[in-house]
Amino acid sequence: MLKCRTVWKKLAPLARASSTVCRQNVRRTGLTSRRIPACGPVAHMSTGPAGGGRENQLYILLVGAAGVGGALYTYRTVKGDSQRYQDRIDEISSRSYKRATAEPATSIKSESLAVDATETEVIPEPEPSLEPEAAPSLEPEAAPSQEPEAAPSPEEPSPPAPDAEVAAPETTELPPADEPVVEASPEESAEPAAVPVVEEEPLPPSELSPLTELLPAPVVESEPAAAESPAAEPTEPQPEVVAESGGPAPDSLKVPSHTPYLLIGGGTASFAAARSIRARDPGAKVLIVTDESDPPYMRPPLSKELWFSDDPGVTETLRFKQWNGKERSIYFQPPSFYINAEELNSAENGGVAILTGKKVVHMDVRGNKIKLDDDTEISYDKCLIATGGVPRNLQVIERAGEEVMKKTTLFRKIEDFKSLDKVSRNVKSITIIGGGFLGSELACALGRRSTEYDLEVVQMFPEKGNMGKVLPEYLSNWTTEKVKSEGVKVISEALVKSVVCKDDKLEIKLKDGRLVKTDHIVAAVGLEPNVDLAKSAGLEVDSDFGGFRVNAELQARSNIWVAGDAACFYDIRLGRRRVEHHDHAVVSGRLAGENMTGANKPYWHQSMFWSDLGPDVGYEAIGIVDSSLPTVGVFAKATAKDTPKAATEKSGTGIRSESETEETATSPVASLTLAPTAEQNKDEYGKGVIFYLRDKVVVGIILWNVFNRMPIARKIIKDGEEHADLNEVAKLFNIHDD
Amino acid sequence: MSYCRQEGKDRIIFVTKEDHEAPSNAELIADDPNDPYEEQGLILPNGDINWNCPCLGGMASGPCGSQFKEAFSCFHYSKEEVKGSECIDNFRNMQECMQRYPELYPQEEDKESTQAEASSSSVSAAPTEGSALPPETDSTPGTSTSESAVSSDSTSLVDNQTAS
Repeated sequence: MLKCRTVWKKLAPLARASSTVCRQNVRRTGLTSRRIPACGPVAHMSTGPAGGGRENQLYILLVGAAGVGGALYTYRTVKGDSQRYQDRIDEISSRSYKRATAEPATSIKSESLAVDATETEVIPEPEPSLEPEAAPSLEPEAAPSQEPEAAPSPEEPSPPAPDAEVAAPETTELPPADEPVVEASPEESAEPAAVPVVEEEPLPPSELSPLTELLPAPVVESEPAAAESPAAEPTEPQPEVVAESGGPAPDSLKVPSHTPYLLIGGGTASFAAARSIRARDPGAKVLIVTDESDPPYMRPPLSKELWFSDDPGVTETLRFKQWNGKERSIYFQPPSFYINAEELNSAENGGVAILTGKKVVHMDVRGNKIKLDDDTEISYDKCLIATGGVPRNLQVIERAGEEVMKKTTLFRKIEDFKSLDKVSRNVKSITIIGGGFLGSELACALGRRSTEYDLEVVQMFPEKGNMGKVLPEYLSNWTTEKVKSEGVKVISEALVKSVVCKDDKLEIKLKDGRLVKTDHIVAAVGLEPNVDLAKSAGLEVDSDFGGFRVNAELQARSNIWVAGDAACFYDIRLGRRRVEHHDHAVVSGRLAGENMTGANKPYWHQSMFWSDLGPDVGYEAIGIVDSSLPTVGVFAKATAKDTPKAATEKSGTGIRSESETEETATSPVASLTLAPTAEQNKDEYGKGVIFYLRDKVVVGIILWNVFNRMPIARKIIKDGEEHADLNEVAKLFNIHDD
Repeated sequence: MSYCRQEGKDRIIFVTKEDHEAPSNAELIADDPNDPYEEQGLILPNGDINWNCPCLGGMASGPCGSQFKEAFSCFHYSKEEVKGSECIDNFRNMQECMQRYPELYPQEEDKESTQAEASSSSVSAAPTEGSALPPETDSTPGTSTSESAVSSDSTSLVDNQTAS
């Protein structure tokens, strides 16, 4: 302090002297006064203050130092800008589904203008107090102490922007509160304020290009803690007096380096687990990492309800009307449900964050961390692998070349739905290869369109009838007839030998010599579980069923669980299996979430599945439903009331697994009043129950056009008893009632 | 008249309504209500709330999950004469939180203040009765219809509070 006083005392006469000198020279030369007096040494006045020469030199030195300090500050800010720009671009591209607003743009514009201003005027920037670990407060003016000193020391003023940016992710203040702050000091808070705002816009490149030209723009890897100085810092002309903690590397694009709960995969199982974890662990922080660009959504409508929608914009909205008239989106939750990944660690009550467009390429089980495809590392406490699978393709198609592949759809995701919808409107003929759930559902959906769009729909498969691997032969044949009546040309016992592209049409040659000419192929021949991480993680893969091998509690290793399509788990009642259905993903995801929060429950609640083949044939099933097992089917006659449509109207839900698992109260709704079908041929399988037996024990049940009885079926399988007369068991279902 | 047929390994039985009129003699094993493996309902055997109940949809896990849990727990364990009367602050917090996410928790537009309070209390009242909540996007309209009795009590209570 005393030093300050002495310095000030020394400076005061100097200042007076220099100003006097200045004024005198100005009068002489008639120039406007400038801060840096170029006329200093010229004015050798004999009547000048004592020691004038030496004091002048000191004055020049101090002012010069101020100039250099200002220039340095500008240089650092500008350099930080290009880095921030680069990082923001990276972050935008990985979060492309967020909307943009104009606010960050205006604040960014004003910020870059301000930066330009600092280049031209060498104003001593107010020196911020360098406390990057300071309490998080997004008041950048408060943090830097704004006492412009006449002679700023050569200490490197760290740009206040990164300082505030360090504070930015720590705060939970809402963005709107920051806007007035932003306008006040644009060069400080524009960027950090823009950062926590959900909606972001890419920086106008034109405004930053002059800046980027000045400096190399090293792309900074997302760094873990804000306290680390970026390694990419170029050497400063002056040694940095104060350690640069949290330098120009922006926290805006920082993926959290650690998360308590990490869920790999962003599908149904992952979402169910996230919900379960949040319900059981208050304030849990859950990070979902997915290589898709969409947040979690449900798959069944992609091959059913979305095709029956009247809305021409359905491919954009992805909303479907359930039979009861209620509309919903296929997304489990709207985007506002999720929080930003960078806010995850600071969120007071935790939340679910999604990282889209990122693939996990490496898993280090020992170190409890994973690596993304952009080399980011994230460590975890508990991890769930819910990577699902990729559609299988036929080898003949893969070998057939680019032309054929371009006209082939492997159907699984939203984008596949969108592209197939477009294709179906533009071509004359589509062939579906595969006779299972997906193939048959798509065939029925497209068959419905065939009349509207003059579209030929062909379905071919090696089995004898639709669902040949699931339904007993008599039922499979009956079902095939139903599919045909939906407008589909069914070619059964068809083995594809080769596919060639001729004259812009595809020619499919079958092994028995038949030739099918078509415009587009949809391959629905199964799912390959995604076990890419098994190698790096050292996890076991099942050779019989595929997928990660896990125990009855869905655990692979101590802190790793697997759920959904990718999990080959031990079912206490039914043995080891792997299930590729929606409800199983929900049930197993929920169970995995429970076990990740300490429940230690085995897989016990049987999941169910369902399928609709047009509005007249629908069934729900549970357990092992394999047509190679001996079956006992008990049938009654179907009336108009026994259709999937009526079932959902009654239960008031659109998705049947909801009506089972969420136990919604059935609301009485007037059922269809079509004329009841007359007494049909005895072999009309209108509605009934089919039991699948293994060693005389019921291991699977299909409820054929009989709905809302799943709890009874579940109970029978859970008991695992040998029943002498299955007709008696069938009575429990009251198949004749509605 | 029932009719039976065998096709290879598969057996097919056709039954009429009369055939199935007699009660079944199939034996089912009695369920143990305290089986830890089983899926539990909303209230666990020990009286606690099962936050993971599918019937709650995502209420306990969303952004307002902690506020919801506090409000509902307070209500559940309330021993007051008017159940939940001491939980007004919790419900208010929850309502404020929900208003920040209108997409997730759609609010009724008419009769804003009373309706919002009614819906927030009816949302909490609904699960106690065991009626299911459809997924989050449908929750408020779905539940507010069924809990009119309870909500009118709590509405009047809340009105008194806000009036004073």
